[in-house]
Amino acid sequence: MQVPLEAYLLLSAFLFATGVIGVATRRNALIIFMSIELMLNAVNLTFLAFARFLNSMEGQIFVFFVMVVAAAEVAVGLAIIIAIYRNRETVDVAELNLLKW
Amino acid sequence: MLSNLWLIPVWPLLGFLINGFFGRRIGKGAVGIVACGSVGLSLLTSVVAVAELLALSAEGRRVTQVVAPWIGAGNFQADWGLLLDPLSAVMILVVSGVGFLIHVYSIGYMHEDPDYPRFFTYLNLFTFSMLMLVLADNYLLLYVFWEAVGLCSYLLIGFWFEKRSAADAGKKAFIVNRVGDFGFALGVMLLWTILGTLQYDQVFASAPAQLPAGGVVVTAITLLLFVGATGKSAQLPLYVWLPDAMEGPTPVSALIHAATMVTAGVYMVARSAPLFDLAPVSLTVVAWIGGLTAVFAATIALVQNDIKRIVAYSTISQLGYMFLGCGVGAYAAAIFHLATHAFFKALLFLGSGSVIHGLSGEQDIRKMGALRKHMPVTAWTFLIAALANAGIFPLAGFWSKDEILYGAVAGGHVVVWALGAGGAFLTAFYMLRCYYVVFEGRSRVDAHAAHHLHESPRVMTAPLVILAAFSAGVGFVGVPPEHGVYHRFVEPVFAAAKGAVPHAAAVGEVPMAVLSLAIAVAGGLMATRFYVWRPESPARMVERYPKAYQVLLDKYYVDELYEALFVEPIRNGSVWLWRQFDDLVIDGSVNGVAAVVRVGSLVLRRVQTGYVMNYVLSFIVGVVVILGYLAFWR
Repeated sequence: MQVPLEAYLLLSAFLFATGVIGVATRRNALIIFMSIELMLNAVNLTFLAFARFLNSMEGQIFVFFVMVVAAAEVAVGLAIIIAIYRNRETVDVAELNLLKW
Repeated sequence: MLSNLWLIPVWPLLGFLINGFFGRRIGKGAVGIVACGSVGLSLLTSVVAVAELLALSAEGRRVTQVVAPWIGAGNFQADWGLLLDPLSAVMILVVSGVGFLIHVYSIGYMHEDPDYPRFFTYLNLFTFSMLMLVLADNYLLLYVFWEAVGLCSYLLIGFWFEKRSAADAGKKAFIVNRVGDFGFALGVMLLWTILGTLQYDQVFASAPAQLPAGGVVVTAITLLLFVGATGKSAQLPLYVWLPDAMEGPTPVSALIHAATMVTAGVYMVARSAPLFDLAPVSLTVVAWIGGLTAVFAATIALVQNDIKRIVAYSTISQLGYMFLGCGVGAYAAAIFHLATHAFFKALLFLGSGSVIHGLSGEQDIRKMGALRKHMPVTAWTFLIAALANAGIFPLAGFWSKDEILYGAVAGGHVVVWALGAGGAFLTAFYMLRCYYVVFEGRSRVDAHAAHHLHESPRVMTAPLVILAAFSAGVGFVGVPPEHGVYHRFVEPVFAAAKGAVPHAAAVGEVPMAVLSLAIAVAGGLMATRFYVWRPESPARMVERYPKAYQVLLDKYYVDELYEALFVEPIRNGSVWLWRQFDDLVIDGSVNGVAAVVRVGSLVLRRVQTGYVMNYVLSFIVGVVVILGYLAFWR
């Protein structure tokens, strides 16, 4: 028996929600980045599910783009975190409040 | 020359521009030459123009020239137009002639003054404006230059503007004049509204048809025009600026506040004779105001102690005579008095200036006396002017003043004549009082001033002598009255004014002339008794009537009255408006806007927590809202 589409979508939604909660809740910058990666992968899963069930190649190709963007973003983001750590001795986003009024 | 009338006023305009822009660079000598030369050229061109005018036939002595177009809006046309007829001819000769002598005198009088170029710049501007005023051929141009001479008066009265009293006097002159000018402007506007034109010939041609004689409209127009004349020519109730105007240099007092600017009102009324002729009520008002002012100012002059103020009140009084003349229809006599007065009043002022100059600045006659020995030329020219002013035969003032008084009698205005006669008595008295106290008697001069006491230099005494010659002789152009050279020249201008003096009257001319002379001589004898034969008399009079003396000395408290009635309320109103409206309302609303922005930002800035988690949260919430809207609402 084939796995129904809804199962894949439900899984993606669950993963995406988990990622969102992680971004909204966690204080450690690295954990936030991990949550962002989780959201991106959930989206990848959605694209692939639809690509399989609609028999189209566009979904597969788009996943490549998403992965490239994710990689670039990680590179830049980690560089920023390292710079912040060198300045502030912390990666806790709650302590980065210089833009407070 | 007649086809180029603009050549008459253009020279002082050039002088104004040259001295105004380059005065400081070209040096005192050049400034004086430019200034006096320009007025001298105006005098020459005026003489030539008048000579050419005389060559025309008596009915055709009226030359116009439109120098340039100005306003043409619909049916209304007002251009830079000049008119030369006998009336403006007399005026330009007086303005340029007396003006030239005063310019020369000023070279000596203002020699030590550091602002020498500025003085001559303003004097030239004034001369240009005055010449344009009397040459204008329409009421709009007249009004423009009426204002211009008022401006020059302000500039020259406040010439020494670092002195507070001089600056205040300049302001007072301009503001009081403005009140009069408001009436004048209303009159001009009313004239245009009814007649649709402001050009003299068109106005006077259409007035009898359009304006019912004796009607409300023409009376209103002429009264409003007269209000303007009241301000400019210092009559009741707008005379208060002229005594204060003595703060200006004496040549200014001579030129502007005796010979020319203040006579602009008389000129305007005379020019508007055809209009006044249609409004007998206005003529009566003019005559009465003139007569009352003549007596009122003369009574004040009786007790003043500042030599310039005596002459200033005398000017106000004599201007009253001129308006008296206009009011009884004797326009030619009024203009004749304007001309003779220009000579002897300018001489009185220049003579006073000579005295002040010789005494190193003293103006109080109680600190003068016995000056004839030290300043003989000043003394005898002053005496001639004083006698001319008093109306003593055969000097100029006798002929012109007597003719005005005769005009009053001939027209049946006995009470007005009485005012004039009373004024003549007082005039003789205060003029001779002034002469005796300053030049005769015992010397009361300060030791310091006595040290430098000297007759003035030739550049100042020569004009005095020339003016004395005119004060003595110019009366003869008006002899015999109504048939002299002057009258045959000027009468055609006023021939249309039916209110002109009828040539037959209840009393003969010669008896009236003798009576006028007797009144003047009586006044002179009274002064001689008070100041030569029994010199203790003045002090005794003051003892007997201390309150009356004080009222006269304090000028009937008119300045104080105006201060309380007009100046204080306006000042208080302004302060109230400043505090209540400007501070509270205007500043309040501007500051209020700023306050609203400030409070708003105090509240709104709390969004900027600087806390990344908050930003992320709002981001997520926003996405959810949009998705929800797209998914469920659409």
